[in-house]
Amino acid sequence: MQPTFSSSRILLPVRPWFIFFSLIAATLLNFLPTAHWPGMPDWIALVLCFWSVREFRRVGMGWAFLLGLLMDVADGSVLGQHCFAYVLLAYISANLSRRLLWFPLLQQALQIMPLLLATQLVQALMRLAVGADFPGWGYFVGPLIATLLWIPATFILLLPQYRPVEQNPDRPI
Amino acid sequence: MAGIDHAPPPFFKRGPAPLALLTFYIAISLALFIVDLRFRSLNLLRQSIALLVDPVQRAAQTPGSLVDYAANYLQGMQALQQENHELKHAQLNTAPDLQRMLQLETENERLRKLLAVKEREKAGGQVAQILYTARDPFSRKVIVDKGQQSGIVAGQPAIDEAGVVGQVTRVFPFSAEITLITDKDQAVPVQIVRSGQRSVVFGLGNGQLELRYMPANADVQVGDILVTSGLDGVYLPGFPVARVINIERDSAYSFARIFCAPVAGVENFGEIMVLDPRQPLPPAPPESGSRESGASSDKALLRQKKRATKGN
Repeated sequence: MQPTFSSSRILLPVRPWFIFFSLIAATLLNFLPTAHWPGMPDWIALVLCFWSVREFRRVGMGWAFLLGLLMDVADGSVLGQHCFAYVLLAYISANLSRRLLWFPLLQQALQIMPLLLATQLVQALMRLAVGADFPGWGYFVGPLIATLLWIPATFILLLPQYRPVEQNPDRPI
Repeated sequence: MAGIDHAPPPFFKRGPAPLALLTFYIAISLALFIVDLRFRSLNLLRQSIALLVDPVQRAAQTPGSLVDYAANYLQGMQALQQENHELKHAQLNTAPDLQRMLQLETENERLRKLLAVKEREKAGGQVAQILYTARDPFSRKVIVDKGQQSGIVAGQPAIDEAGVVGQVTRVFPFSAEITLITDKDQAVPVQIVRSGQRSVVFGLGNGQLELRYMPANADVQVGDILVTSGLDGVYLPGFPVARVINIERDSAYSFARIFCAPVAGVENFGEIMVLDPRQPLPPAPPESGSRESGASSDKALLRQKKRATKGN
């Protein structure tokens, strides 16, 4: 697999433990006190979206559901709120993946933005429907910042899969 | 993948179709959402997940608290001395009241006995440290470090040095969730100190509270202090809750819109006191009797009581 389908560079296979590790790291980032800062992205949504696009056979709706349950309890929100949004995110990004990876990173990010926005919007709509208060427009700034983070996130999360540029001709792999 | 993949695609063992899986997971999520919101019967599930998540969450909060600790440690000696001086001053100011309070309490008790009035309940409780605010942007809740292990039960009120902060709404093994009085539709039965009128104050969700169901000509003034009335059997009477800051009397509506600000440092971090649960109230008189005196505020109180029992 390549970084993008138009690239000629071939990546190493992904290690399952690294996917697991990155999702746990995203959960920890969400738990940090910085989560209260305005415009903080939802790290789980970003990483989950990334792996759903790249490895939809390994990371799918099951993971999304479990992580959503975890976030619901950690947040003190209504159970099922994050589950619903993350499952939807995982499904749509897996469906998008065949098309998305043909684009350069910046255009990928542009296509990811509505997905991340929808993740927040679905949660807001669910809570507003049952009588919660509107949390303010700052709530929707997080996904925009997460969109910008798509490019660095791609580099960081693909880092273990890159091979050295100079290769020994005796050992092609 | 459409490109080059290392694992061969599983031709024969594919599992359920993605759309079927999506329907399945979404159905479960929606069921969870409705059951949790309407019936509140998923506490066991929540508690067991919280047992797993809570230590991690506390660990994730340590960098912040370490910074706080370091800032405190490095605070200048002068600032500490000044604070010490101010505290001593404040203590001296309250000393006359405090010293006489013991005598007043015994006197009050004796007089109440003489009058054969039921004795006042004593306020006891335990101090709890606020760990962090819940991340949910739709509600106003904080997590404290005392839970089932310390005998906390849902429904206990929480106060700080100035007044009522909130109410325990969920209890986990080692922590508890306190819903602040400013949370949307969180209700506290109150009494206006100046006029003695009973009512219920509701959180608005934006840091303010609203005194609802007061007639447009009600005797309320800006600056009035609201204290708990104690009629609900949850809050002990007499704790300050809010101060009236703005009144809108519009003759188009039968109720005045009365906005209040909380007296306690509701948005502050620090220590709070979780009060012990009250002794159960005497049984309510039969339904027919209460209907005659069914003023609007009484109805509101009744509704609030129902909320409190359902909500906790």
